[in-house]
Amino acid sequence: MQPKRLTLFAGHYGSGKTSIAIQYALALRRSGKAVTVADLDIVNPYFRTKDSEQRLRAAGIDLICSPYAGTNLDAPAMPAQTYALVADRETYGVLDVGGDDRGALALGRYAAAIREEDNYEMLLVINRSRPLTATPEDTVAVLREIEAACGLPFTGVAHNTNLGPATTAQDVLDAIPYAQQVCRLAGLPLRMTCAPAHLCPALQGRAEHLFPLQIQPLYYQLSEEDSYGKADL
Amino acid sequence: MQQKVLMKGNEAIAEAAIRAGCRHYLGYPITPQTEVAAYMAKRMPKIGGVFLQAESEIAAINMVYGVASTGKRAMTSSSSPGIALKCEGISYLAGSDLPALIVNVQRGGPGLGGIQPSQSDYFLATRGPGHGDFHVLVFAPASVQEMADLTARAFDLAEQYRMPAMILADGTMGQMMEPVVLPEAKEPDAAEKPWATTGTGLRRKHNVITSLYLNPAELERRNVERFQRYAEIEKKEPMWESFMMEDAEVCVVSYGITARISRNAIVEARRQGIKVGMIRPITLWPFPEQPLLAAAGQVKGFVCVELNMGQMKQDVELAVRCRKPVDLCYRVGGMIPSPDEVLQHIRTMAEGGERK
Repeated sequence: MQPKRLTLFAGHYGSGKTSIAIQYALALRRSGKAVTVADLDIVNPYFRTKDSEQRLRAAGIDLICSPYAGTNLDAPAMPAQTYALVADRETYGVLDVGGDDRGALALGRYAAAIREEDNYEMLLVINRSRPLTATPEDTVAVLREIEAACGLPFTGVAHNTNLGPATTAQDVLDAIPYAQQVCRLAGLPLRMTCAPAHLCPALQGRAEHLFPLQIQPLYYQLSEEDSYGKADL
Repeated sequence: MQQKVLMKGNEAIAEAAIRAGCRHYLGYPITPQTEVAAYMAKRMPKIGGVFLQAESEIAAINMVYGVASTGKRAMTSSSSPGIALKCEGISYLAGSDLPALIVNVQRGGPGLGGIQPSQSDYFLATRGPGHGDFHVLVFAPASVQEMADLTARAFDLAEQYRMPAMILADGTMGQMMEPVVLPEAKEPDAAEKPWATTGTGLRRKHNVITSLYLNPAELERRNVERFQRYAEIEKKEPMWESFMMEDAEVCVVSYGITARISRNAIVEARRQGIKVGMIRPITLWPFPEQPLLAAAGQVKGFVCVELNMGQMKQDVELAVRCRKPVDLCYRVGGMIPSPDEVLQHIRTMAEGGERK
């Protein structure tokens, strides 16, 4: 898709917004654009965009995030530079919005300016494996809550059904009707089907607008045979 | 096959508690456990349950006391500073022989400390969190799946032994996301509780729930009886996992997130030819002394890996009767060790030296 000047990822918390935002920014940068990532999350204490700062900077991408991200201070603060990204129309911006309506509240500060420029894509990131967005109806309810909180309408859907590193191609395929139903109910187009990069060959031609994700497991991964996590209760 | 979902550890605790029949959540928000409360706030009203944000942690734990007195499954959750506030109420629960679930998703301390992960409430949890002679059951999950499974078990054992139980997780376990198969849903409050204050119906003598005993001899008898129950628990309920211990010459002892990191280190050490395994305590009280004492006859030494200044290390030394050296690999203040740091300690112990 032809990238808009601003691309925003919002949705239920834990749906994969941060992972997708980072990889989308890297892809945009690889296509030769000047890119800045802004972390608008004022809710989540761990596993934030800040964790990928080195990787982004190494690729020549600027990161705007709370000076307190990753520290011991629990302060819902955003730096003033965030507004510069919205106002400076020379650079491409990728905005990682906080989860749910509470997380999206901070976006409201910039909604008027973003609407006025009218060159944005705001994607609803959805994952059927998350219990509170397991049905299309619940997912669209989250969408409405986010729109009400931030005052900016969504323009599309990024389908990201996954179970972490254990995701199979079948998991993604099984959830396609769910994603289609979310799009129908919300009246929005599907813009992305995200999947771990190693599954993309198997999904080619079977899922629309494939977007590969490079997933790096943080901790020892549990296999089906692994006794770990299945203590003899 | 049951359906897998992707959850944060905190959410898994909340959903597992609901499925275990808990319909009363009383809490107060604090990072990094807030998702437990947030999830309960969303779900409880939909299933006829109670979510209540109290005016403080102290109010919340005393509301738990009230609900527990009626025989209903009640829980609260917090993080380290909030748990310290709840200690008086936990002691009252223990003194009144009431079952309840307390979730502690630990952060760095002491004092206000910070919001990053920690395991520095090990002493607080395992020595009886409050005044007086008592214990609570302490479970230390090391995966999101265990966050769910141990929540269900904690409710069951708390009821069976009529005592409070604690899930002692760390911030990382609370925040990380993993696939989980949720436990089967149970009817709320299925078990008979003849001691509960549910009204006599004029058919029996009224029940009294109290921790106050005017007669010292009676209070002594209650304490001694309680410790007889604890002795039975210490015999029957320790849980642990042995990993690659068959031929191990070094035994890592770790729980929670550091057990996951240690596992990475052990797999790498094995690749390099070092014979190392792990005994992972799943219950911290009762502490799994027996497998550790047995391992003391086999290994050169032990390496404790924890996010505190060596609190569990003391329990390991006691368990192995100081027969073998016990080394400590630690990080504190919200830092976590890398697998490489753990590996260095393993290598030194394997070479016969003890790191200082």
